[in-house]
Amino acid sequence: MSLNIVVLAKQVPDTRNVGKDAMKEDGTINRSALPAIFNPEDLNALEQALRLKETHPGSKITLLTMGLPRAAEVIREGLYRGADTGIVLTDRALGGADTLATSYSLAQAIRHLAEYDIIIGGRQAIDGDTAQVGPQIAEKLGLPQVTYAEEIKVEDGKATIKRRIENGVEVVEAPLPLVVTVNGSAAPCRPRNARLIQKFKYAATPSEKGAASEEVKKLLDTRSYLNLYEWSAAEVEADPAQIGMPGSPTKVKTVVNVVFQAKESKRIEAADDAAIEDLVKDLIANHTIG
Amino acid sequence: MADNNNLIVYCEYEDGKVADVSLELLTKGRTLATRLGVKLEAIVAGDKLDGIETQIFPYGVDVVYKVEDARLYPYTSLPHSSILINLFKEIKPQVCLMGATCIGRDLGPRVSSCLHSGLTADCTSLEIGDHKDPRTGKEYTDLLYQIGPAFGGNMVASIGNPDCRPQMATVREGVMKKEIYDANYKGEVINLDCDKYVDSASYVVKIIDRHIEKSAVNIKNSPIIVAGGYGVGSKENFDLLFELANTLGGEVGASRAAVDAGFVEHDRQIGQTGVTVRPKLYIACGISGQIQHIAGMQESSIIISINNDPNAPINTIADYVITGNLEDVLPKLIKYYKKNSK
Repeated sequence: MSLNIVVLAKQVPDTRNVGKDAMKEDGTINRSALPAIFNPEDLNALEQALRLKETHPGSKITLLTMGLPRAAEVIREGLYRGADTGIVLTDRALGGADTLATSYSLAQAIRHLAEYDIIIGGRQAIDGDTAQVGPQIAEKLGLPQVTYAEEIKVEDGKATIKRRIENGVEVVEAPLPLVVTVNGSAAPCRPRNARLIQKFKYAATPSEKGAASEEVKKLLDTRSYLNLYEWSAAEVEADPAQIGMPGSPTKVKTVVNVVFQAKESKRIEAADDAAIEDLVKDLIANHTIG
Repeated sequence: MADNNNLIVYCEYEDGKVADVSLELLTKGRTLATRLGVKLEAIVAGDKLDGIETQIFPYGVDVVYKVEDARLYPYTSLPHSSILINLFKEIKPQVCLMGATCIGRDLGPRVSSCLHSGLTADCTSLEIGDHKDPRTGKEYTDLLYQIGPAFGGNMVASIGNPDCRPQMATVREGVMKKEIYDANYKGEVINLDCDKYVDSASYVVKIIDRHIEKSAVNIKNSPIIVAGGYGVGSKENFDLLFELANTLGGEVGASRAAVDAGFVEHDRQIGQTGVTVRPKLYIACGISGQIQHIAGMQESSIIISINNDPNAPINTIADYVITGNLEDVLPKLIKYYKKNSK
């Protein structure tokens, strides 16, 4: 049985590596200085999809991302690893969305896609760490969900999934169609494949095609698999009241940069044995240790 | 049941014991409910719930809703979310809190999606306050402010859901304090009929195997933590940290960078994506001090930073800064401890 697999991917700023270059003088983050990457756990999700495709020949992997038009970059990253095609859901009206408005928008795109057996995404994105979009998409589509997945197997229309939970492991069985979110402890994604890079390097969305050279345009006209999809809110029949800022019940009141209260520290050099011994004696005397 | 506008906590339990994170939320919930002038309620759904309320009432809980059915344990998403969704439609709580656990983070989003109520994940602080919408000028009183890390922990955001109820938030274990309110506090138990709240089609996900392995590592409750960062350099170099921790009777922790590099296992990770700790003594070895790590340990009583970079960010919050190499400093700490302790 071949499967229609949807992989949810997000292009995120690399918040794990906020170095000195990314900090402005006032201590705030210069977001544009952070590299935009394929959200790490979405790569774990893609790997699970690729494995399912291997065990179910004829399966099709469609990557779905919501973001700026340049999020087409993550679609190409996915194609280089074995996905078949991709959709960028992009519209100014989608901006400022919280997790609820985001999941509504993505659920509308999945409905528009019409054919899906399993929807796989990363557990959470590193720019928000909420882990909410997966379960919320499941609820919007009226599907069951399995979160924290590490391995997904599908047989006879049923998925068997190993989950990594606190202090242990759980194996569950769930019917398709289904939404699964994959944990970072799952198998890492395979690297890009040189042949697929050659095949897909000119893959483009309609707006990218518009800006491309005549040569690339011709290529896109003759090779249909290079044409990626770009959908607007209207195209997926999203209700304007449920998307973007208006569709977001959570409102951010304030955002402040984290600044820690500096203490006056006592400084000791590694070579100063007497000072290190005094420190240990102090800690013993005040019952911190010993 | 009437629309009650109260504050409700979803309680998790395992092996007949209510989870610590739920008791911590009940403690916080009691304070918030008193401030709002409403009742504190709790809901437990599962199997063999006999007498579970006696563990809950001492936290100042006025009402415990119990839903008992063998199919509700172990937890699966659909039946538990169905219970909360249908109950909340009846009683309309103004606030719902749950643990930022594998269960709470699976359940919360599903419930919030169906009720179209905002949910904030992993809050580090919850406060009641007023709000004026800058665009409409509309004023709101007694909103729940959900304060938590944003943007990978590099910022702190204060979030509110002015127009939607319940206002929902998840909080990680160990973030709030657990404290008995009144050992003799007595509330009311309301037993709910599971079949009225859960459609039989909701039991589609079957658990076919489950083994809980109690974590061998218990950094959360250790009074002394020796933590290593990427600067430790290798898995082998962590041996020195284990030696110091063993000598002092403590545990070894790590930053996300050290865990990602494969130096130690994930259950030792301290910070926003790991555990929050407040030991008596925290010895940070080769940890630069990414904000997301500091957020998980800054309340330690005494912090010692050992780093060869005298300007490592973590040094600003340390009580003692030892500048130098770990392989020089750690053996000296071990030596002087052995020499001076009885």
